[in-house]
Amino acid sequence: MKTLLEFLSLSDPNVRLVVLGTTLLGAGAGLVGVFTLLRKRALLGDAVAHSILPGVCLAFLVSQSKTPYILLIGAVVAGWLSLLSIDFLVRRTKLKADTVIGLVLSVFFGLGIWLLTSIQQSGAASQSGLDKFLFGKAASITSQDVELFAWVTLALGLVLFFFYKGFKLLAFDGDFARAIGMPVRLLEFLLSTVTVLSIAVGIQAVGVVLMASLLIAPAAAARFWTDRLSVMLVLAGAMGVLAAWAGAFVSYTAPSMPTGPWIVLALAFLTGISMLWAPKRGVLGRRLRQWRYTRKIAQENLLKTLFQLEELDGGEGARYSRVAILQHRELETAQLSVALRALKRRGWIEESDGLWRMSPAGREQARQVVRRHRLWELYLHQRLNLPADHVHAGAEAMEHLLTPELENALQKDLGFPVQDPHHSPIP
Amino acid sequence: MPKTAIEVHNLTVSYSQRPVLWDVDFSLPEGKLIGIVGPNGSGKTTLLKSIMGLVPLSGGFVRLFDQPLDEVRSQVSYVPQRESVDWDFPARVKDVVLMGRYRPQNLLRRLTRVDREVADWALQQVRMQEFAQRQISQLSGGQQQRVFIARSLAQQANLYLMDEPFAGVDAASEKAILDILLELKDRGKTLLIVHHDLNTVRRYFDWVVLMNTRLVAAGPVEEVFTEANLQAAYGGQLTVLAQVVDRVQEGEFPVREKKGKIG
Amino acid sequence: MDAFWIILTGTLVALCCGLLGTFLVLRQMAMVGDAISHAVLPGIVVAYLLAESRDSLPMLVGAATVGVLATILIEWLHRVGRMQTDASIGLSYTTLFAIGIILISLFTRQVDLDQDCVLYGEIAYVPLDLWIPADGLSLGPRPVWILGGALLLILSFIGIGYKGLQLTTFDPSYAATLGVSTVFWHYALMSTVSLATVVSFESVGAILVVAFLIVPPATAYLLTDRLPAMLGLTALFGFLSAVLGYGMAVATNGSVAGAMAVAGGIWFVLALGIRFFKKKIISIIRT
Repeated sequence: MKTLLEFLSLSDPNVRLVVLGTTLLGAGAGLVGVFTLLRKRALLGDAVAHSILPGVCLAFLVSQSKTPYILLIGAVVAGWLSLLSIDFLVRRTKLKADTVIGLVLSVFFGLGIWLLTSIQQSGAASQSGLDKFLFGKAASITSQDVELFAWVTLALGLVLFFFYKGFKLLAFDGDFARAIGMPVRLLEFLLSTVTVLSIAVGIQAVGVVLMASLLIAPAAAARFWTDRLSVMLVLAGAMGVLAAWAGAFVSYTAPSMPTGPWIVLALAFLTGISMLWAPKRGVLGRRLRQWRYTRKIAQENLLKTLFQLEELDGGEGARYSRVAILQHRELETAQLSVALRALKRRGWIEESDGLWRMSPAGREQARQVVRRHRLWELYLHQRLNLPADHVHAGAEAMEHLLTPELENALQKDLGFPVQDPHHSPIP
Repeated sequence: MPKTAIEVHNLTVSYSQRPVLWDVDFSLPEGKLIGIVGPNGSGKTTLLKSIMGLVPLSGGFVRLFDQPLDEVRSQVSYVPQRESVDWDFPARVKDVVLMGRYRPQNLLRRLTRVDREVADWALQQVRMQEFAQRQISQLSGGQQQRVFIARSLAQQANLYLMDEPFAGVDAASEKAILDILLELKDRGKTLLIVHHDLNTVRRYFDWVVLMNTRLVAAGPVEEVFTEANLQAAYGGQLTVLAQVVDRVQEGEFPVREKKGKIG
Repeated sequence: MDAFWIILTGTLVALCCGLLGTFLVLRQMAMVGDAISHAVLPGIVVAYLLAESRDSLPMLVGAATVGVLATILIEWLHRVGRMQTDASIGLSYTTLFAIGIILISLFTRQVDLDQDCVLYGEIAYVPLDLWIPADGLSLGPRPVWILGGALLLILSFIGIGYKGLQLTTFDPSYAATLGVSTVFWHYALMSTVSLATVVSFESVGAILVVAFLIVPPATAYLLTDRLPAMLGLTALFGFLSAVLGYGMAVATNGSVAGAMAVAGGIWFVLALGIRFFKKKIISIIRT
């Protein structure tokens, strides 16, 4: 706890540096990742990240220095080279995209490992530090690094800002963008470049192996919360930053730990929460809606049963026992009790001495359900050409689902009918 | 009265929560050449796939020769759309036709001489015997289609379901395929064919199933293939049904109260 | 003699992975193979922690199970979580791999594993890891025996299941209409791929396995259009990659596994050249 407070107070200048650096990285990757995800290029981003390793190693070998700017050039060149090879192989051979991505990824990465181990074996004095590109080490971010991140993030932000509309169209409908004369090639080039750039800097914190996660997870998590691109960008950026801070904190408390895995775990946590809890697209939200709907069906079925019993006996206001209800319609006993209680609470049925009857309001509700059932039966019979003895099952579900507007549309379509296919009146 | 080959009962099928077949209900007799006709996206392929048990049903059921599919599987053969497989797959024409002899029971065993002879016979039927050793990616569209049909013939079934066998094939292949279909019919087989060319429906088929998400009509061509029914099938989706479909998809509502329960 | 054992080990890894990788490539599931190879890491670490020994049978099986679980997780995220497939692949394997790395960092002392081993394995030390039974007679390196056993298993799987794999790979819906269980063959393949990545882990690490899974089959695919030939050529290129890679690694004093991956890439580029060259010749003759 104490270390957390220390960390959050940003009193340590080194902490300030690391936090600033990771913020830039997280935000950049999060933003760019949104387009990567929407264009279904998540695994391409993975390939680029792995392919950057040999670029960094070669830049180091050639220049014999660890200046971030020089390493960045090597990274970007290698990243672009991998993109071009993937593009070439997909277009010119019968190999499918997934194989080509895996192939380029693993050969480039193998080259990187081969170079890296050779450099380490050759005992180049200043080599130590190249391995932080593998799993990331946020704590070793220097002021020179932060300066570079700032430039890259600024460039990336500017590109996204000025070409926002074009990128948006590209992400949702590339063919349409081409058809209306958008400079699609230029847009794709720009987008690929900023993607490679943000991966090239992002690997400082996460490492090449796990970079895919920082690129994809914020966007995937944000997608659960919204359908709007602008909101998605903000959310993804924020989640990227949050996860990057988590990594920075781990790096601060345990400097020997690689930060990449912790950032990935933080991202997995954020994505998991989003997947479960996001109100509209989340798993729990969907389950809740389904559960409510099941409850509604049980209640409406009960009302309908009472209505049908009244129809049979011909008396409004008749009272029925549970047994009578169950004899007319199969319901689970527990389900029946819950539904009876709920309907009583709403004032749609009344109880006395273990006998139940509908209130006028309840009867109106029941009439509506029965009306929708019979309307739909008639619709299936007349418009979908179903024989009269095949229409019941479908109507059982539709009676709960039809809205007043749909009911009106049905009435109009069928010419305000008075009888269903079985010649029962439509109430 | 011929026996019923296919009974489709209140069939409703959804793809990612969107119903693409709604309460489709018909019976088709044995020994006929039957076309399924409807506009693009009207659920023709889905209908075939649900008859073959390839897609989960949201409601309704299918019976073949008055039995569930699993009981009569060996009597039923399916020819998918040509585009549904990767023709770059490393195989020769003969390898593909031999797959028509694969069964769950013989999958781990070697094929017999009978199997090879049946495959040769099937290739002959589609007039492709000289292509037996040809790599499948080097075939024209019509030839690929004929290979698929040969594979199906090698199954020696009684009911054939074919998805657009005439789509994108040359005139020679079209003729060859039609001849095979007619010959199969003469041998008392039942054929259900997804078809897109309205001009040839009268010439090719005895019966026709007209559909657009819902069933418009099913019956003998001369009775069912009318201007009015075509208008109904191709004149767009029913407004109310389309609205209901939207609502079902949006709310992820079930289209049957309890799965599998028949009311 | 060391060279022999290292090349033999490399070849065995390439055969175990490449023969199964052939089907991954044809099923367009290469990246699922990538995901599995990363995902087995936490399984391997936990198995090390529990079993406190390397490569006992339960450990191999346990770790391989995690690989299969990863494919189920990918499927679940896609179906229940409604995530797009590429994202669910990318997220599942990075998360599982991250857990593996964290476990290694936390239990450095208990686990005889380090990040370098995870990245590129210890194939160079294979000749030192001898299997010496009680009678004291050395039977050669232990990993060679394990990989050899796994290869036998994989060969019999492909041999017995050839028709099933071929059918469900080429046309899964047709297979289903015949009553053949596509789910069974899918998981049978995923399980053996998992096993192959686990037994290869010690030699080449968790990441470079992908190179052995995908690159030789992709090379073979360029040169042939028959499945048996593709399997044969895959084996050949696996062997050639091991030989060339070993030479390159010795010359540069770098990682053997890394160099073998690059060697695979070199053979691929050569095959690509042959293919394009062949087209050129044919077009010249025609004009």
